[in-house]
Amino acid sequence: MAQNKPLIGKLILVALAMFGFGFALVPLYDVFCDLTGINGKTAAVAATGDNAVIDTSRVITIEFLARPNKDMPWVFKPEVQTMTVHPGEIHIMNYLAENPTGRLIVGQAVPSVSPGQAALYFNKIECFCFSQQQLAGGKDMLMPLQFYVDPALPAQFNTITLNYTLYDVTQAWTAQQPQQDIIGE
Amino acid sequence: MSVVITEPHDHEEQHEHHDHKPGGIKRWLYTTNHKDIGTMYLIFALIMFFIGGTMAMIIRLELFQPGMQFVEPHFFNQMTTVHGLIMVFGAVMPAFTGLANWMIPMMIGAPDMALPRMNNWSFWILPFAFLILLLSLFMPGGGPSFGWTFYAPLSTTYSGDSTALFVFSVHIMGISSIMGAINVIVTIWNMRAPGMTWMKMPLFVWTWFITAFLLIMVMPVLAGVVTMVLTDKYFGTSFFDAAGGGDPVLFQHIFWFFGHPEVYIMILPAFGIVSAIIPTFARKKLFGYASMVYATASIAILSFLVWAHHMFTTGMPVFATLFFMYATMLIAVPTGVKVFNWVATMWRGAMTFEVPMMFALAFIVLFTIGGFSGLMLAITPADFQYHDTYFVVAHFHYVLVTGAIFSIVAAVYYWLPKWTGNMYDESLGRWHFWCSLISVNLLFFPMHFVGLAGMPRRIPDYALQFADFNAFISIGGFLFGLSQLIFVWVLIKCARGGVKATDQVWEGAEGLEWEVPSPAPYHTFETPPVIK
Repeated sequence: MAQNKPLIGKLILVALAMFGFGFALVPLYDVFCDLTGINGKTAAVAATGDNAVIDTSRVITIEFLARPNKDMPWVFKPEVQTMTVHPGEIHIMNYLAENPTGRLIVGQAVPSVSPGQAALYFNKIECFCFSQQQLAGGKDMLMPLQFYVDPALPAQFNTITLNYTLYDVTQAWTAQQPQQDIIGE
Repeated sequence: MSVVITEPHDHEEQHEHHDHKPGGIKRWLYTTNHKDIGTMYLIFALIMFFIGGTMAMIIRLELFQPGMQFVEPHFFNQMTTVHGLIMVFGAVMPAFTGLANWMIPMMIGAPDMALPRMNNWSFWILPFAFLILLLSLFMPGGGPSFGWTFYAPLSTTYSGDSTALFVFSVHIMGISSIMGAINVIVTIWNMRAPGMTWMKMPLFVWTWFITAFLLIMVMPVLAGVVTMVLTDKYFGTSFFDAAGGGDPVLFQHIFWFFGHPEVYIMILPAFGIVSAIIPTFARKKLFGYASMVYATASIAILSFLVWAHHMFTTGMPVFATLFFMYATMLIAVPTGVKVFNWVATMWRGAMTFEVPMMFALAFIVLFTIGGFSGLMLAITPADFQYHDTYFVVAHFHYVLVTGAIFSIVAAVYYWLPKWTGNMYDESLGRWHFWCSLISVNLLFFPMHFVGLAGMPRRIPDYALQFADFNAFISIGGFLFGLSQLIFVWVLIKCARGGVKATDQVWEGAEGLEWEVPSPAPYHTFETPPVIK
């Protein structure tokens, strides 16, 4: 029946649009988490920290956790477990990474801040988590993190826990390299 | 609503032409007749109900005593997973689609569904979907074992290669449901008999109309999320993998964006069935017809705004948990309107208690119990205790078994005389009802207690203090399973013969489906009825 066709077309369009919407939820979720700081996601880009005013009246304890994923053979730990800072102060913190295997491994650290609502106020000027880190077999290195706590941090937060999980992304990294580079290794 | 069926002059000629159908298996393979397709859906759902039920029996057998007796934990996990998938996508949803195929054209005075060939397709791809799913159990490494909710990373990083088959079969089920839903909407939109205005439609038609919209809006989201699982597992994407910038919690958001409307897909048609049965056996018009329609629509809209109440323990911020908690509790209002209207319909009615009415009454009471435990689960702080315990299992089996399944059984008893032309055996039906009612409560009610005491779900073994309750539950489970054999007996007996049914079948029944002869002829309403 001819009069069915426009309706069928619209309904198929709704179904297709909802299929697309399922995928659109992926970037929407990231945007939503960035805006609200849900899930302890910190910004994936560098903050400048230029115009932050140091608030010496408050002391914030920062706890550092580092954990290699179960498939990641690196030794990975922070130089110190905790640090006390004033909001607005810029600090540098080093993480030690050591590759005990005999081969090149590429790592990607994923940060998570707890409590989640504090994530918006934990700003990184420089972070090894912004890019993938390569480490040849048997080598070690210090990976720096430069950060400050936004003075606007709500008063109920006195302690911020920063956790890094380190993943082995060598496979994905290898797949992205042009062929001659790998031969050159 | 009354009807005059006007016989067309060239009826005989047309009848001859239309009634021609190939014999044997070809009749069923090629059929585009809504009644044939409805019958196939219902029989398919019954077979799946017994396959899924057998898996439930294996689960209960293992849980009869603490410790590991009969199956390996990995096989136990496959049973819980496939039991859930089969019951949701193979039993409840096809049963409702079968009822829709049989009844909607007859209820709105249409000769058939609007898209009969697509109707054939949407049924016939379904057996293959479940064949693929069931065969995956025999693969090396076993079938899917990550729960019917297939949370990442269980389904991505830690799953076997049967995951690909699982994803493919879910895709087919989704396509089947979407085609079925489009068919229902187009049929109801375009093929109502003259005079069948929107607000004259029977509530079963209304609830299915709204359900069909839910289906076309969320089944594609399910298709999307299984596709993401597939590409994460096999093609190196990182939708749910934190190492690549993804987030496993995102999986739960997308899944439950589908999953919560899905639970209403499985209950709204049940509301329509009960709204048809109660007035018939109370011999009164349905109380508050318009409010029933609006309540159904509100439940459908709210169902899109509550998905994260399945995720209270993932560490959401307080404002989000509050929003989802209050939105969830709000659903109790339109649901309460419905229960009120059913009770008000019975108030001072001349009630009789034939088997469909008994199942409908049990539905109202037991579904309400399931609704109340749902409200308890909606309370965020309480949910932290109930989450992933048998309390949740008790809740969703009350709404799905004594809710959805009881309504389907009630519908089958109610319309069976119209389908077969014979009355079913009333005393066997009563046996079926009472055995089911007692055993189902023995089966699911103690689950509330072990859940509150902390017994986790999806675990093949448990602490000793839960032993007695679990033995009760298992006995209830076996009895409930056996009781359903009475149902099969009733169905076969009724299909083979019995007291001839009248056209109206039930004294108080009203609606177009009761105006056609019993059994309903192969073609009905080739000329639209006139609705006064």
